[in-house]
Amino acid sequence: MAEKVLMLGNEAIARGAYEAGVKVSSAYPGTPSTEISEFLVQYKEDVYEEWAPNEKVAAEVAVGASLAGVRAMACMKHVGLNVAADPLYSVSYMGVNGGLVLVVADDPGLYSSQNEQDTRMVARAAQIPVIEPSDSAEAKDFFRTAFELSEQFDRPFIFRTTTRLAHSQGLVELRDRTKVEDRPYEKNIRKHVMMPVNAQYRHREIEKRNQELAEAANTLAINTVEILDTRIGVITSGIPYQYVKEALPGASVLKLGMVNPLPRKLIEDFASRVEKLYIVEELDPVIEEQVKSWGIQAVGKEILTVQGEYSANMLRRAILGEEPDVQAPAQAPGRPPILCPGCPHRSVYHVLHKLKLHAAGDIGCYTLGAVAPLSVVDTTMCMGSSISTLHGMEKAKGTDYIKNWVAVIGDSTFLHTGVNSLMNMVYNHAAGTVMILDNSTTGMTGHQDHAATGKTLQGDPACAIDLVQLCHALGVKNVSVVNAFDIALLEKTVKEETAREEVSVIIAQSPCVLLDKSKKPLYKVREAQCKKCGACMKPGCPAMTKQENGVIRIDDTMCTGCGLCADLCKFGCIELVKAGE
Amino acid sequence: METKNIMIVGVGGQGTLLTSRILGGLTIAGGYDVKLSEVHGMAQRGGSVVTFVRYGEKVAEPIVEEGQADVIIAFERLEALRYAHFLKKDGVLIVNDWRIDPMPVVIGAAEYPDHILEDLEKEHKVYKVNATEESRKLGNPRVFNLIVLGIAAQHMDFTKEQWYEVIEKTVPPKTIEINKRAFDVGYTL
Repeated sequence: MAEKVLMLGNEAIARGAYEAGVKVSSAYPGTPSTEISEFLVQYKEDVYEEWAPNEKVAAEVAVGASLAGVRAMACMKHVGLNVAADPLYSVSYMGVNGGLVLVVADDPGLYSSQNEQDTRMVARAAQIPVIEPSDSAEAKDFFRTAFELSEQFDRPFIFRTTTRLAHSQGLVELRDRTKVEDRPYEKNIRKHVMMPVNAQYRHREIEKRNQELAEAANTLAINTVEILDTRIGVITSGIPYQYVKEALPGASVLKLGMVNPLPRKLIEDFASRVEKLYIVEELDPVIEEQVKSWGIQAVGKEILTVQGEYSANMLRRAILGEEPDVQAPAQAPGRPPILCPGCPHRSVYHVLHKLKLHAAGDIGCYTLGAVAPLSVVDTTMCMGSSISTLHGMEKAKGTDYIKNWVAVIGDSTFLHTGVNSLMNMVYNHAAGTVMILDNSTTGMTGHQDHAATGKTLQGDPACAIDLVQLCHALGVKNVSVVNAFDIALLEKTVKEETAREEVSVIIAQSPCVLLDKSKKPLYKVREAQCKKCGACMKPGCPAMTKQENGVIRIDDTMCTGCGLCADLCKFGCIELVKAGE
Repeated sequence: METKNIMIVGVGGQGTLLTSRILGGLTIAGGYDVKLSEVHGMAQRGGSVVTFVRYGEKVAEPIVEEGQADVIIAFERLEALRYAHFLKKDGVLIVNDWRIDPMPVVIGAAEYPDHILEDLEKEHKVYKVNATEESRKLGNPRVFNLIVLGIAAQHMDFTKEQWYEVIEKTVPPKTIEINKRAFDVGYTL
């Protein structure tokens, strides 16, 4: 019997990639997709993989590898697919040589994202087939199926997951790696050069291919029918299938492993065998609208939401009209995510807050600078947008206005899509100050390397891009580098640079506190001398609490010894009690 | 057997992921079908985090829903309060009697509730321990979660040897002894 192992959905996808004979993988980190690439590292003898600076690059690398003739993949979160949309829509016309699969992770419930978009909608627009697993075992096994179908039908595939699938563990049976022969590269200009005349031809071709695939979907093994009680029938896919099995164990179910294109005959047949048909899908009514357009009576978003995650209790309420006997939750103050104790971003935001500056923000841990008490960040939209947003504001209101603003962007995000925005500022005679909060890692997703860290995903040393030289090369004359915890120098630098009528870059450097595994220093409040002024509390460090008598206390299990509070105490009441090692 | 539902709740960074790996390893060693659901990403930055563990003959959904938890392991008092309504009527709540102020409390926008444990004890079977202080006595305040797990072990279906074996496999090699000692503290409370 094959060995059974408990695996996170993302780990199962990595294993699936190994077993499917994948040779090349490229990705940019993004919750909830990141761990796929991290788990894949263990197979580096067989699979080349890398962190790309962004998802567009990752997708194009995978396309290149596929055209060369091997099985290739790219991984990203849902909003990353927007960045990769340009290659996506055109590789759809080109097709594949070696199998090509993009893993795209949606985030219903917005655990760690800026929107709740549904990748299946993008896939339909780009005419890309989509496979969706419902647990870890399927995540591994369907991944191989995706490559087989990709090659059989000459289509790139999207492998769609959601946060719950990606971050749930279930049992999988391990198999050996499939031996896949490299395919020869064949020059085929008509298929691979998307100029109008070729693209017109290819558009006709892929319409045919998609129709063939839709026909084949009716008998695909990953689309399964369970006929039980025929009073209720449910069409579902992915994680919602598990909620259906929990809430309606007796109902008949059509579980779709491939959600684009849909198997029309199979659905029509299933619908004709049940009395009442429900469609249970998280986010948008993608299956529902198509099924209804064929004149099939079904109930879906009339009773089920387009927002957030589903659950078995939700289905019990909506479909069975049952009210589960549950207590109301207690009144408890919320606990939103915050900057960690010792985070270098806190120190930078403290300075910006003190100077009463606005900040155009970006995507990363430093988005949390929007949260009270600092509330420094004014805008957060998408990767790389801080710099271009700042530029637009300057063009709208002028150079004097922008002296009250900065853009804040992390090192990884700057390399992702910030560089081109900075180029635009210099080219178009802008004024404005860009702060690169350089913590030497991709922080929020859990510390991934990037092109400026000097290390590759597979652990090899690499050329580390010098951010100072990069900014100079883009034409920025004023580039300063400041230790993020040197608040006096930081304040002076920010004042000077924002006063200029040209582009400035301030690189605030200090490694992410979670990266540094050394024994940390520890600070303590001399409680008898504490004046209870609260100055040390202003940056909102979670290790500090005001006791009932007003005296401040530092939690020794949380303090990382950054010293920001000690710097802020005018009375010298906060002392270093243990040096770091 | 009926599916058993366990939850681990706490503050991002307190080690809920390590604890869930231990529970996961344990349930496979017991030969059960198992599903676990964790929180990664933004909430791990000091937010409220919850891990679900379900094991039995055949498990479908990976989450535990309101009113279904057999055991809730809470690493902090306020988080115990936040998730207590997930307990079954005869469910057990194991709490690290420890306070970490959430940011709304730190900045004075909300109050940390008084008498959380006293109130919870009126409704539920509560086992409490100041595991952070107990683990400090062992020389490492970070192994508090093994003390809490030790108490939880008294209410689950695995032998002490099974727990030991999984702890040995899961925690960093240098910390095996102190983690086992921490587990013992909870197991004998």
